[in-house]
Amino acid sequence: MNIDRLVKMANEISEFFAAESAREQAAEDVAGHLRRFWDPRMRRQIIDYLRTEGGAGLSELARHGVERLAAGDPPGA
Amino acid sequence: MFALDHHDHGTAAPVAGAPVTLQIDGHEVTVPTGTSVMRAAALAGVDVPKLCATDTLKAFGSCRLCLVQIEGRRGYPASCTTLVEAGMKVTTQSPQLHKLRRGVIDLYVSDHPLECEGCPADGHCELQSMAAAVGVTHSSYAPGAVHRPLEVDGSNPYFQFDPQLCIVCSRCVRACDEVQGTFALTVQGRGFASKISASEDQPFMDSECVSCGACVEACPTAALSEKALTRGVPRTQAVTTTCAYCGVGCSFTAEVGGTAEAPEVLRMVPNRDGDANHGHACVKGRFAYGYATHSDRQLKPMIRKSIREPWREVSWDEAIGYAVSEIRRIQAKYGRDAVGGITSSRCTNEETFLVQKLVRAAFGNNNVDTCARVCHSPTGYGLKSTLGESAGTQAFTSVREADVILLIGANPTDGHPVFGSQMKQRLREGAKLIVIDPRAISLVRTPHVAATFHLQLQPGTNVAMLNALAHVVVSEGLTREPYVAERCEAPSYQRWKAFVSEPRNSPEALAEVTGVPAELVRAAARLYATGGNGAIYYGLGVTEHSQGSTAVMALANLAMATGNIGREGVGVNPLRGQNNVQGSCDMGSFPHEFSGYRHVSDPVARALFEQSWGVRLDAEPGLRIPNMFEAALDGTFRALYVQGEDIVQSDPDTNHVTRAMEAMECVIVQDLFLNETAQFAHVFLPGSSFLEKDGTFTNAERRISRVRRVMPPRAGYADWEVTMLLSNALGYPMSYRHASEIMDEIARLTPTFTGVSYEKLDRLGSIQWPCNDAAPEGTPTMHVGHFVRGKGRFFVTEYVATPERVNSRFPLILTTGRILSQYNVGAQTRRTDNVVWHAEDLLEIHPHDAETRGIADGDWVGLASRSGETVLRARVSDRIAPGVVYTTFHFPQTQANVVTTENSDWATNCPEYKVTAVQVVRISQAEAWRTRAAQARYAGRTRDPAHA
Ligand code: SF4
Ligand code: SF4
Ligand code: SF4
Ligand code: FES
Repeated sequence: MNIDRLVKMANEISEFFAAESAREQAAEDVAGHLRRFWDPRMRRQIIDYLRTEGGAGLSELARHGVERLAAGDPPGA
Repeated sequence: MFALDHHDHGTAAPVAGAPVTLQIDGHEVTVPTGTSVMRAAALAGVDVPKLCATDTLKAFGSCRLCLVQIEGRRGYPASCTTLVEAGMKVTTQSPQLHKLRRGVIDLYVSDHPLECEGCPADGHCELQSMAAAVGVTHSSYAPGAVHRPLEVDGSNPYFQFDPQLCIVCSRCVRACDEVQGTFALTVQGRGFASKISASEDQPFMDSECVSCGACVEACPTAALSEKALTRGVPRTQAVTTTCAYCGVGCSFTAEVGGTAEAPEVLRMVPNRDGDANHGHACVKGRFAYGYATHSDRQLKPMIRKSIREPWREVSWDEAIGYAVSEIRRIQAKYGRDAVGGITSSRCTNEETFLVQKLVRAAFGNNNVDTCARVCHSPTGYGLKSTLGESAGTQAFTSVREADVILLIGANPTDGHPVFGSQMKQRLREGAKLIVIDPRAISLVRTPHVAATFHLQLQPGTNVAMLNALAHVVVSEGLTREPYVAERCEAPSYQRWKAFVSEPRNSPEALAEVTGVPAELVRAAARLYATGGNGAIYYGLGVTEHSQGSTAVMALANLAMATGNIGREGVGVNPLRGQNNVQGSCDMGSFPHEFSGYRHVSDPVARALFEQSWGVRLDAEPGLRIPNMFEAALDGTFRALYVQGEDIVQSDPDTNHVTRAMEAMECVIVQDLFLNETAQFAHVFLPGSSFLEKDGTFTNAERRISRVRRVMPPRAGYADWEVTMLLSNALGYPMSYRHASEIMDEIARLTPTFTGVSYEKLDRLGSIQWPCNDAAPEGTPTMHVGHFVRGKGRFFVTEYVATPERVNSRFPLILTTGRILSQYNVGAQTRRTDNVVWHAEDLLEIHPHDAETRGIADGDWVGLASRSGETVLRARVSDRIAPGVVYTTFHFPQTQANVVTTENSDWATNCPEYKVTAVQVVRISQAEAWRTRAAQARYAGRTRDPAHA
């Protein structure tokens, strides 16, 4: 999928949780949201983008969130 | 004229009062205090003659036909205006009464002779039956002046007014005032010269009349009568069903004539026992049903290998066989997840449930979504997160107890007209109204109703506005602390309180963002928090934003903080757009949820479905509609089954959508018409209208109502039967014999539906879910005593400006809405006479913005955004603020979604229809513009000839 759109979506999700929660919790909430609502191919793609391409454009919290997601969501799952 | 199956009680039932027992003609009857003698008599089986009374209107006491005698009282009181008292002894028949009544009728028929043959009301006219009841066959007066010849006003496409048949009972006037709230009719003149006139004595079409038909139904004679009845086809059958247009979900009696093989709907009459509409309707539900028999209906299945080939009509077998072979081929080649389906909010609960079952059980993935994605998905997310249930909190009748109505991003008099009328009734009784909307919707000022505050904010700034309101509530100490302490999560409340208290969230600080003066915001907040029962109603103007879910949460925060949830008269109420948006969401149409909003990863829920359906189910969420488009462009999503939804016209950023559709190898469209999406389809399966099938719809107040078959499916199958054909051909057997069996399965698998059955729906009329052991007859008000989620949760709702910004190239903000006579993409209403009110979409533009662009009212203008461009006519209007333009989206020619953007709600991907930066220019060559834009979109494809 268009990675720019996924990055934009991840950033927008992070913007909400950044305001809502403390930092660690916020990253967990972002990961939780992605896990609940993103189909596996979208999750795989954003994880790969962070891991192999450095995740340019992801906000700091989005990046943390995707890392959390990756930790509980092995690639190729 | 009443519905065929209506027994009129003369006056309405009072709001439950203590029981009173009295005698009527020797029969004992017990009724609530506040009941009229007339109604009590009707309930005792005694119909007192009457003409000026009917049970949707307040008693008026003008015709003097309903006189009775009451033991111990002098004279002959009118039974419609006299209330029951304990121990009363009422006589409704006596020689004196008979004489008085004959005198009344004699006078009426002197001006309205009983020449009934050929009259559309013959056999159903109240004057005719009252005359018969008192034995009058002709007038004893010498022929004198009569009201003729007077011309019939046939200007309205659906009904006519024949003043010669009018007995000036004023029921029409009162229906327009009391029920509809439009105040279009008056009695002009006095005595013999008095007559009914619309607005300034204008033809109905030129008057303020909105064609709701309430006056037509209230008329006891044929003075106001449906044109459809003038053909003289007898009405032989009455079937109770539910309107298939908006989320009010009005109950109707369909009156049918014709033969068993070719039944014909002659009239739709709103059901006075209807729990949502109480006998009222709007122009769409009452009159605009002709689309069902329109010649544009595609009644034969069709297939084609490529969208560049012409269609080929084939048998059902061949169409289903081809569709299934394609799904199999694509899954074998690209994987199980390369296919999916879209359910429709227009279809029944049973049909929606079956489509998601087909996707999950037969396709073997969770790639199912619904058109609610593009309207109310943020409602589901926002209300579930805060309160614990993805639905509105109240019944419509709750508005009768509201003291302050906060209306944001909704236009009920146009979008939800019957509820709009109920709201107006309450406002006329004195409830206060706060409107938050970029546009001066009708309710801001309409006869006998004026909003106390209209906060005319910039599109896209709802969250800022709601934070500012919350700031006032918290900083001025207007919260209800004991309520919050008892019912809500304390830490979340403290965080939220601290957040909204920050000076940057004050109305003063946010005035620049919202464009609304701080003192107005402060006053509105005080009114909502302290004015008694505060009820929030909202619509797509809240959800269709990049912060749609945030705004829904902000509304819930506000309601919790002020203690305005969990009883009558308050609440947070989404006004759902389509008839079954609530239902399609309830039925598990979202890719991450089973019916009853249980996540697919929930092992307990999944096990329940796996056991019932006999297959393993995927525990991962599937693709949402916009994700499907993305995946199609990526090549990982290749086949789509779309039931009853025109995604190409209704989804945003049309150019993006059409590229995605072109990339798919098999698109199966099931619809009434060859819609815009069908241009990209390989298989077309004819759909069935709501008149052709059994099922249920669930309206905005969670009310489940029956849809009953009035005529056989014109193409041979109801929509749920077609889904079964597909499933069976795919090798996943489905064998329901009736829609009720699907509902039985829904009830078995859905905790909020366990008590629902067709038998119970027939018995109770309708049921508001949750309906289960804890609430066997359903739940009108939710969150009574405690929230469904346990403790209510506050969320911090930081305002984030939409990524869509104005600049010098696109200096105006476009926002969208709908109007009364048309419905969404218009596929139905455009195929009815409703086009006389709205034959095209118009662009409303403020006089100042029009002037600087040299645009005059009626000019063609080009509308361009970063996504695309389109052409429409301008309407110069100060209902909209400078800097903002507004249009509807009912006509495919307008292609309003060509200009809308890819921006969407952060939580649900609900598109941001309500904010698009645009430029508007005056153009002289409308066709050239349109052709250029269309050519870019439709290059090379075979179009539906009707749309070519
Ligand atoms: S038009 Fe019908 S309802 Fe109206 S005053 Fe005349 S008879 Fe009564
Ligand atoms: S149709 Fe409705 S709006 Fe029009 S005059 Fe009759 S009651 Fe009033
Ligand atoms: S208000 Fe809605 S449900 Fe009622 S008749 Fe009109 S369109 Fe139908
Ligand atoms: S019905 Fe009572 S006065 Fe007309």
